[in-house]
Amino acid sequence: MSDKHPIYLDYMATTPVDERVAEKMCSYLTREGVFGNPASRSHAYGWEAEAAVEEARKNIATLVGANPKEIVFTSGATESDNLAIKGVAHFYKKNGNHIVTCKTEHKAVLDTCRQLEREGYEVTYLDPEPDGLVDLNKLEDALRDDTILVSIMHVNNEIGVIQDIAAIGELCRSRKILYHVDAAQSPGKVAINLEELKVDLMSFSAHKVYGPKGVGALYVQRKPRVRLEAQMHGGGHERGMRSGTLATHQIVGMGEAFRIAREEMEAESDRIHTLRDRLWDGLKDMEEVYVNGDLDQRIPGNINISFNFVEGESLLMALKDLAISSGSACTSASLEPSYVLRALGRNDELAHSSIRFSIGRFTSEQDVDYTIDHVRTAVEKLRELSPLWDMYKDGIDLESIEWAAH
Amino acid sequence: MAVYLDHNATTPLHADVLQAMLPVMQSMVGNPSSLHRFGRMQKDAIERAREQVAQLVDAHPDQVVFTSGGTEANNLLVKGAAASADIHRMALSMVEHMSMLEPAADLGDECAVDYIAVDEDGKVTAQLLEQAIRPDTRLVSVMSANNETGVIQDIRSLAEIAARNKIWFHTDASQAAGKIEVSFKDWDVHAMTISSHKLYGPLGAGALIVDKRLPLHALMHGGAQEHRLRAGTENVPAIAGFGAAAELAKKELSDRTAHTLNLRKALERGLAQMPSVTVFAQNAERLPNTVQFGVSGFDGETLLMQLDRMGIAVSSGSACTSGKTEPSHVLKAMGVADELALSSVRVSFGKDNSIADVEKLLRALGEIIDTTSKSAVMMAANV
Repeated sequence: MSDKHPIYLDYMATTPVDERVAEKMCSYLTREGVFGNPASRSHAYGWEAEAAVEEARKNIATLVGANPKEIVFTSGATESDNLAIKGVAHFYKKNGNHIVTCKTEHKAVLDTCRQLEREGYEVTYLDPEPDGLVDLNKLEDALRDDTILVSIMHVNNEIGVIQDIAAIGELCRSRKILYHVDAAQSPGKVAINLEELKVDLMSFSAHKVYGPKGVGALYVQRKPRVRLEAQMHGGGHERGMRSGTLATHQIVGMGEAFRIAREEMEAESDRIHTLRDRLWDGLKDMEEVYVNGDLDQRIPGNINISFNFVEGESLLMALKDLAISSGSACTSASLEPSYVLRALGRNDELAHSSIRFSIGRFTSEQDVDYTIDHVRTAVEKLRELSPLWDMYKDGIDLESIEWAAH
Repeated sequence: MAVYLDHNATTPLHADVLQAMLPVMQSMVGNPSSLHRFGRMQKDAIERAREQVAQLVDAHPDQVVFTSGGTEANNLLVKGAAASADIHRMALSMVEHMSMLEPAADLGDECAVDYIAVDEDGKVTAQLLEQAIRPDTRLVSVMSANNETGVIQDIRSLAEIAARNKIWFHTDASQAAGKIEVSFKDWDVHAMTISSHKLYGPLGAGALIVDKRLPLHALMHGGAQEHRLRAGTENVPAIAGFGAAAELAKKELSDRTAHTLNLRKALERGLAQMPSVTVFAQNAERLPNTVQFGVSGFDGETLLMQLDRMGIAVSSGSACTSGKTEPSHVLKAMGVADELALSSVRVSFGKDNSIADVEKLLRALGEIIDTTSKSAVMMAANV
């Protein structure tokens, strides 16, 4: 594998489309398949496409314990987050002007909140605890009489930690504040039961769950009913909440991906958990390595490690055989240290030296062993070249050095 | 399965396009924003598609902003322009698609909207445009070709009038691209909408072609993709498919035009023999593949159902408004009486239809209408 392709350990950026999903999608595209516009009411081409969309809606709802009528299809989790947050803010403006979120949210949530600030809303960005989790007391302290929405994610895309959305939901419900959860990274990794959770809105993505890119969903609770102002208009598809021709093959792909996730989650999680532990076991005895985020309250497939005294970008370059990232793909073009790790209180150096390994459905034991070898060698080599590493080994306290300005 | 004559609603995917999508979907996994090799391969696929799409509409690749489809592109244009500091009044033609009209209707105090009337042939004339322009109008949008009637507007002349008044010009070319020559450059427009699934590409991809000078705000936030105009992980397989479909559309344009026009003419010859049939916008230049007509004394929904039972898939007009019982806003704007408008049938041919399909449709219509001149119809159609 490594001579042809790098080993793919970037499953939180995106996943390959499962073959079963791809196969199903292919039968909804060409003339031989069901290619109609699901909005066409006057012929069987349209009806069959619509039936396929509804079957997918059911598969998605079943995985997360929702009613199919609570699932609104979008072009992806980014759009779902935009629709949930702006949709609630605009619709409930008369009730209040204040939104609470956390500094470690995905950019789709943070940038949307920034946009709402430009429109005159007030947003509180909570600091997470050093383990990446939100302290409920601090959240409660941030809630005000004019708070209309709390948006706190389920699984963090960089460090993989799982927030206690059940408890956050209880708190929000008791204060009559709507609660939105970005769950782009959760399906198939953590069980979700929206029937029990006090969650009003939840964003999903297909391409993080072995489904296709370009499709996602927003769960919009019906009881009690949550209202939204649509962000896209023209045709009134999706009960007026999201206009635009439904992309049948993509929705079918998402449905199939969620169906497979439901069937295979348990066994897959165990297998991936074992691989993740094997990876960490192979690295944890190295000097000056730190896991970012709580190790236990975390999804099985993720580990985010800082290799102190090694520059992250150099490490990525040295690890060309591995497809990994230093953080979120959406911010990977910038050389800024991860804002998630900074929010955890990591200093610039540690944030800069971090690597996110994300393991998935097609990762093998050999892949992990190769990765361990490769990372150990690369880190050692880079540290040999590092004057900081030398100083550290000589027992010099780097914090005490006053660097000359230049 | 029935004969499919509803290509303006959506088209089946071209078999070659599927071949272009599969590798992007499966073997080349990756997020185009990732820096590793997988990510770069995805990025390359997007950039190739950007060139293919730009070529189809004669624009520069840098001007192509990929979206999730035509609806999103139109929303981005209307709302994105209205959100800018420079645009506080816009004018749209009354026959635009719902994905233009509805976001415009949703605009608040930040932007006023005027509507440009059409004549009885569905055309926006120079005079009608000039009448709609106010001193503070900053943006005009007229679609290149109508999805229901197929009427083609003279975008180049209309854009010239706008330019004389220092007004930005947008055209929704979702139905035109792939059916007639479309040129962003020659038409001298500042923005243009196109859709993948109307030209044998996949659903889920579209584009707004944008002149960088046009002030536009993003609709969606959360990433720097598409020149910061469209956040979100790109739908790479659909975009790659869109690109492949655009390239094929350019290559096959004259064949497709000739072929569908031939079918349209055969159909129109047959319809001309049916006294109760009125072809809408008969005198206007129309898309080669589109005929919309009314059958007086008939209810459109019943007609469509009967046709469906006889193995013919057509629609009354827009799929996006299908199932609604109000007469089409397009026909209303042309002054067609409600009763006739409610009997409308839209036939939109595709590259894989044959003259036998026309024959089947005419025979079915003849049976339904129960005209005594059925044989004359067939003879006149020369099929």
